[in-house]
Amino acid sequence: MPQQLEYLKETPSQTAGPYMHIGLAPGAAGFEIYDPAALGQDITGPNAAGERIRIEGLVTDGTGSPVKDVLLEAWQANAAGIYAHPEHPGEVEAGFRGWGRVITDFDSGEWGFETVKPGAVMGRNGQMMAPHINLWIVARGINVGLNTRLYFEDEAEANAADPVINVIEWEKRRKTLIAKRSERDGQVVYRFDIHLQGDDETVFFDI
Amino acid sequence: MTIAPPKQGEFYQRDRRWHPPAFHQNYKTSVARSPKLSMISLENTVSEITGPRFGHSDLAPGDNDLLTNYAQPEQSPIGERIIVHGRVLDENARPVPNTLVEIWQANASGRYRHKKDAYLGAIDPNFGGCGRTMTDENGYYYFRTVKPGAYPWRNWVNDWRPAHIHVSVFGTGFAQRLITQLYFEGDPLIKTCPSWRRSRIPTPSSS
Ligand SMILES: [Fe+2]
Repeated sequence: MPQQLEYLKETPSQTAGPYMHIGLAPGAAGFEIYDPAALGQDITGPNAAGERIRIEGLVTDGTGSPVKDVLLEAWQANAAGIYAHPEHPGEVEAGFRGWGRVITDFDSGEWGFETVKPGAVMGRNGQMMAPHINLWIVARGINVGLNTRLYFEDEAEANAADPVINVIEWEKRRKTLIAKRSERDGQVVYRFDIHLQGDDETVFFDI
Repeated sequence: MTIAPPKQGEFYQRDRRWHPPAFHQNYKTSVARSPKLSMISLENTVSEITGPRFGHSDLAPGDNDLLTNYAQPEQSPIGERIIVHGRVLDENARPVPNTLVEIWQANASGRYRHKKDAYLGAIDPNFGGCGRTMTDENGYYYFRTVKPGAYPWRNWVNDWRPAHIHVSVFGTGFAQRLITQLYFEGDPLIKTCPSWRRSRIPTPSSS
């Protein structure tokens, strides 16, 4: 017999539904209510060091169609690889929270946000993790928020040594976590499309 | 026999068999939006045990009062006034202080203040339908609001969502990020709702 787990049950997740903007990004629902403004619109604050980048992408469903009512949250370290949290020793720049909320365009499903490229972060057992941004995805039709990680194409060496990427048994699936780098009008843009289902289904993590 | 608690700063693994399944054919939208491959189990790293932190300067004191936070002067929303309150606890029943709790809901007629909601229930000019607050040192939070109305939704014929409030909770690490829904004891619509049935929430009568 396996042992009983003697701790409280987590409150079950429920879908965020189609109208989560009301609570999490009211401007997108069509009204302004909060002052201070809705949270998560500025990930880095004004003082963050590091390379300024833009991340953008599309979430697609099992038919290959854009999911136009997604909300993503991003959680990342600063350029020095430090999270703004007491469990992580080190200092971040004043105003750096490292967390943002991103919503899709209702017509196209495209989403994007500006940030700084995070640094590598120490993982378990002294193994360095390649620079990455943690993403959490909720929408109508998603019953439990989905966790994934965005890694950077130009960090090939660090990615190859990343202990989390290497947990993924199927090598061909690892590329679903790599954002593609390009430049547009002098700005560095990383493209990160997320496939909820189907060929090239994105790797999601049970954390 | 008890299981050893996780190491300092780490979380118990989320019990995915307790949460609603990603795919549920009675929830049509989940069919094309549910990943088909297994999630990759990940041991907590600093990326999961840390998460965004908020302070009282991120909010205004009245943000948790939905009776007044969108109402015109001298006016207030229509509906039964209620207080929604509770505590955020971790799995060892310890309070989670200073964590952000956000809610959103339909008004008393079952209509959301959202540009994509076209239900014939009337918009209430004095009700925004969202609130946010931080838990106190005992993990306690409260909101004042009106009881939301039930509303029909396009799924199977005559499917109605029981009255509910959407609730978003952070906890102390990104691994704990959760969105759920709060229902009202005794609501006869609960047992007919596919979203309720697809969850594993024990009902008060334990059906
Ligand atoms: Fe709802």
